[in-house]
Amino acid sequence: MVKKEYLGRFFVTACGLFIILLTMSIGAFLLYKGMGTFTIYHHTLTEFLFSSNWNPADDFTGGGQVGAAIFIFGSIIICFLALLIATPFSLAAAIFMAEISPKISTKILQPAVEIFVGIPSVVYGWVGLTILIPFIENVFHLQVGFSVLAGSIVLAVMIFPSITSVSADSLKNVPGEYREAAYGLGSTRWQVICKVILPAARPGILTGIILGLARAFGEALAVAMVIGKMKAFPKNILSPTNNLTSAIASDMGGATEGGEYNIALWTMALLLLVISFTFILVVRKVSSKGEKQA
Amino acid sequence: MICLSTTACSSATTNSASSTAPASQAAESTAVSAADSTVSSAADLTASSAAATQAVTGSITASGSSALYPLVKDAISKFKKTNPDVSITLNAGGSGTGLKQVADGTVNIGNSDIEASTKLPKDQAAQLVDHKVCVITMAPIVNKDVAEKVKSLTTQQLTDIFTAKTKNWKEVGGPDEAITLVTRPTTSGTRALFKQYALNNSEEASNASLETDDSGTLLQNVSSHKGAIGYVALSYLINNTSVSTVGIDGVDPTLDNVYSGKYKVWGYEHMYTKGEATDAVKAFLDYMQSDDYSSAVETLGYNVTSKMTVSR
Repeated sequence: MVKKEYLGRFFVTACGLFIILLTMSIGAFLLYKGMGTFTIYHHTLTEFLFSSNWNPADDFTGGGQVGAAIFIFGSIIICFLALLIATPFSLAAAIFMAEISPKISTKILQPAVEIFVGIPSVVYGWVGLTILIPFIENVFHLQVGFSVLAGSIVLAVMIFPSITSVSADSLKNVPGEYREAAYGLGSTRWQVICKVILPAARPGILTGIILGLARAFGEALAVAMVIGKMKAFPKNILSPTNNLTSAIASDMGGATEGGEYNIALWTMALLLLVISFTFILVVRKVSSKGEKQA
Repeated sequence: MICLSTTACSSATTNSASSTAPASQAAESTAVSAADSTVSSAADLTASSAAATQAVTGSITASGSSALYPLVKDAISKFKKTNPDVSITLNAGGSGTGLKQVADGTVNIGNSDIEASTKLPKDQAAQLVDHKVCVITMAPIVNKDVAEKVKSLTTQQLTDIFTAKTKNWKEVGGPDEAITLVTRPTTSGTRALFKQYALNNSEEASNASLETDDSGTLLQNVSSHKGAIGYVALSYLINNTSVSTVGIDGVDPTLDNVYSGKYKVWGYEHMYTKGEATDAVKAFLDYMQSDDYSSAVETLGYNVTSKMTVSR
């Protein structure tokens, strides 16, 4: 018995430590590679973040321009637009699942949302490419439907399930006494949901939204297929642009490893890590705030 | 079956005989032909000496250019029929990856659309040995609706189109449609070649063009969008009628026009080894450049290097 006890403990500890080590080393590797833009090729952080002049040299002498502002802006605008589209639907679905009809939701909606999560992103991208792009072209009479709008819609569909399930869980976790007390004071059902349940579940809902945002930022394939990948700031939501993940994916094979171009791409990868790290910090802050209130 | 057993037999006997002298270089190219042909030729003296090199064993790893990938993949499957004991691993991943990995020694063969010296530091490039296995031709392609009126463009017109100076097809005799540029990433070998020989080295207007990661997607985008123009290797246009090619200065992009030197947008496909190729790697590279394989090269839409009347 004692032996088993220690064996189990050793196994769990080893696996845990390994995962931590793995995460840390990926972070360290990205940092090591990504810093090269500034240390080896002597570009400034300001140039990288705010210049839109992207023309790194694909060799070891350097001397190109590494302004990634177009990609950064592209990532931000597409993600926030996706959030704008997805959040109302997600919240509505979550309220329906948790409050209006828990029975139907556990039977139909819950599995549907779970299936949604499991669909590979290439499928979303492909559907977007074959259905959404021609649709946008027809509706807006455009020659080319690749656009910020298309990217945002595809992303919105992709992040919808994660926001929904996290929000629904936090709505369900609101103590029953809250509802009973509110009904006892003569509230209507809608008033209970709006004034009591939603505010009480706010930290959980925010966590869901931020997790959705983090997923949106990191998604590459689906967006890359519908964004058009044009190296220009979008004129409006119907014009094509590019984002961080697509830019990394399209040039990572062609650029010589260790060259200025390649290193600049690593810097963009590092930026993505920093962004998602920030999101995680925010999530922790938000959820710990919620615990204190409750 | 008979053929196989004969080869196995003769290789066993000749292996011991040739143990003093290393496999002759000339024998290797004939090795493959012997296996492809009949039993009678295997009994022949030259074929039996060839059979020694025929039973090549070992492993080969290759990576790089996606434009060359289909050809190498095809060559591997045919090479393996005669050399079943060789294991060959092939990855695409882009010319840059291939060059870097062969220079590092991660792979035996690095496939590239462009010369090693343009991407690698001088000392690394100097260690690599070039094998110009075939010639690849890049062709401008347009959507069907444009092709009805525009059969050929001058170099100047093409350059103006890709630098976004010309924005409507009617300016070059086409329909009244906006031009949609569909291009490849900056680091793409296809793009580098097209820029150098079709566009007089003018930089494409990246801020006005849709970029696609691979030639397959590019084909689809051009075929599904009115007024679209792009470029792919001829190898992608075999069995594909969804788009139309456009001639440059009145010369159509065909294999024959490349052989004669009339069509100018072509380049060598390089397979680099670090130092001279040896053993299985050498056998494979020789097979790819052999006369027996050359018909397959053309079937797949590439030009055979030895048949070129012009060189670069």
